[in-house]
Amino acid sequence: MKYGLSIAAGLGVLGLACLAALLSRNPLDAFVFYCFGGLMMGSSLAVVITRNIVHTAVWLLGTLGSAACLFFLMAANLLAAVQLIVYAGGILILIVFGVMLTARNPYMRTQPKRGEVVMACLAGVILFGALVGVSMAGPWPVLAGAPEAGSAATAASVREFGNALLTQYLIPFEAASALLLSVLIGAAYLARPEKR
Amino acid sequence: MSRVYVPWTPRPTPHYRGPARLLAGMAVLMYRVFGPVVRTLPGPILLGATVGAGVLAWAVGLLYYDVNQALEALHHGAAKPAGWALPLGMTIESAWSVRQLEDVGRSLGLWMPGRAMWVFQFLLVRDVVGLLGIITFVSLVAVIGIWGERKVAGHMQSRPGPMRVGGWHGWSQSVADGIKLLSKEDLIPRSADGVLFRLAPYLAFVPALAGFIALPFSAYWVFRDLDVSLLFLLAVLGIEVLSVILAGWASNNKWSLFGGMREACQVVSYEIPMGMSLLIPVMVCESLRFNDMAARQDAGWFSWLAFHSPWTFIAMFTYFISSLASCKRAPFDLPEGESELVSGFHTEYSGFRWSLFFFAEYAAMFIVSGILVIAFLGAWHAPWPAPDWLRENQGLGYQFLHGLAFSGPIWFIIKCALLVWLQMWLRWTLPRIRIDQVLYSCIQVMLPLVMVCLLASTFWELWLGSAGEAFSLLAYIVSRILGIIGLIALFATLYVIAHGFSNRRTLVGTMAVDLLPGA
Repeated sequence: MKYGLSIAAGLGVLGLACLAALLSRNPLDAFVFYCFGGLMMGSSLAVVITRNIVHTAVWLLGTLGSAACLFFLMAANLLAAVQLIVYAGGILILIVFGVMLTARNPYMRTQPKRGEVVMACLAGVILFGALVGVSMAGPWPVLAGAPEAGSAATAASVREFGNALLTQYLIPFEAASALLLSVLIGAAYLARPEKR
Repeated sequence: MSRVYVPWTPRPTPHYRGPARLLAGMAVLMYRVFGPVVRTLPGPILLGATVGAGVLAWAVGLLYYDVNQALEALHHGAAKPAGWALPLGMTIESAWSVRQLEDVGRSLGLWMPGRAMWVFQFLLVRDVVGLLGIITFVSLVAVIGIWGERKVAGHMQSRPGPMRVGGWHGWSQSVADGIKLLSKEDLIPRSADGVLFRLAPYLAFVPALAGFIALPFSAYWVFRDLDVSLLFLLAVLGIEVLSVILAGWASNNKWSLFGGMREACQVVSYEIPMGMSLLIPVMVCESLRFNDMAARQDAGWFSWLAFHSPWTFIAMFTYFISSLASCKRAPFDLPEGESELVSGFHTEYSGFRWSLFFFAEYAAMFIVSGILVIAFLGAWHAPWPAPDWLRENQGLGYQFLHGLAFSGPIWFIIKCALLVWLQMWLRWTLPRIRIDQVLYSCIQVMLPLVMVCLLASTFWELWLGSAGEAFSLLAYIVSRILGIIGLIALFATLYVIAHGFSNRRTLVGTMAVDLLPGA
């Protein structure tokens, strides 16, 4: 059996997710959460480990897609759709396209040096610590025993989101758009044909 | 000694063992038992299955009525009227529910384990039925679409197209093709990237299927009524590109790789005019939700968004052109350009994997047509408005009439089918354009045009709200003129169709041009 081991591993993970879900208050949601959370962690790990560069991009699709699914699970539909459009539909395709166009050999395998691996590990640890610290600092009403508000009903609508973006957060929004515009102009400058 | 050229070493015929053998035996047995029945009674079986599916959907709807209401209240607040969709967009007011059933069971003294009931909550059963319905619908769209495409191609080239399989105009040609494709050998080139090669067809098919989750067929006929359904569909269509790129790359074949690269190039550039043209109706409706867009257009032909302002009128055409590019239909079918790339990204695919690409293509054609119909062409409303007495009356008979003649999934499907048909006409009319022409027309023609329209539409909407009576009158006149232009175009098209149909025996080859009206 060529795929026996991986099928068994997958079934085991699914079983664990089922078990964990049945213990929680909201089994179906918990099951979906554990499935996509596991998928996300697994594919992010694979992004780091895989050497074939196109395989890396496909694993990245798994990561971004499961992040979008988690957003959908939390009824953050706008965020999920934007995640899919911008990351999965835009950036990822540009990455794959860029790899195909620019790499001398599209079947290239990455060979990181030892120093690079150490640096990457260090950056990862620092980032992980910062993220855990930030998320621990914020309030967690559900953990503190607050009653679950109707999460979907209270999620911000697209209209509120747009209003906030163009009133309260106007300056960061405009700064981001100015940055994007400068990037666009830079790209056009780089890609222009050579003058004879 | 003559040596016979053998292109590949012959492989031994596989001998099935274990579960595979059991399944194969069951398939053969089922064919022997049901084959004669199906051959003698095809009509009654089809009719019975359709009616049965409808009754099943209705029964499930009745059973889960109050769970449905609770969930809708959770997702949309109290704003959305709750109800279960029946055929023709009818809704039903009162019904039995799981909870009532449980109460009845308790009162009869039956033990109903509460923990086991949660599987049936959360609309799980409704979702399963809905998903099965979506899969069935996608398959039907692909099967009918492929047959229709071949008929259209045939008639446009002065030949009848498929005529033999199944009797009337070869209606079961695609079914026969499907069976053939299922039983074909599943070839994977030895030097292909095995995992990605297998993954790519699913990456094409699953997003196409997922698109139907948010695509409403009528106000209640939607699997999930997302508040950002338009964005969701655009996202899903964007992911589909990746499958073509991966298929091209994983095949390890230069034609496939070229096809994948062209697709990437083309779709990434056409996504921009596509999204920007859709921004114009979004700006008019102030919503990303399809149901809100449809509610804006329920007052007949002249209220349709295509005729709202000149800018929406132009945006409809730019959207249609870029949607052709995004589902790689001719004249934008460069990824598979068979005259130079064998058949592009799916050169190396065969059998079921190959047919998955086609399922995805026809599903995507339907989805982009659905977006166009909802955003510009009055969604599921008929061209004539429903009278008030019919709208206010909530009786089932009135709702039936309303759904049949004024607004319902039937209208949506008819409009989408017409647009898919139009895409087929274009495919067999226009020559394929070169990749540099594709990019030129996108970046230098479509994009500036759409940007101008977007800007103009912004001011148009602003002035509509604030610039006073004179501008409102101007906008009204312009919208009526656009509506009349649309009517004239519609009737002209209908006249040409009727003329062609009534002269179908005399129109042959290039003679057709001389016999057209006005020649």
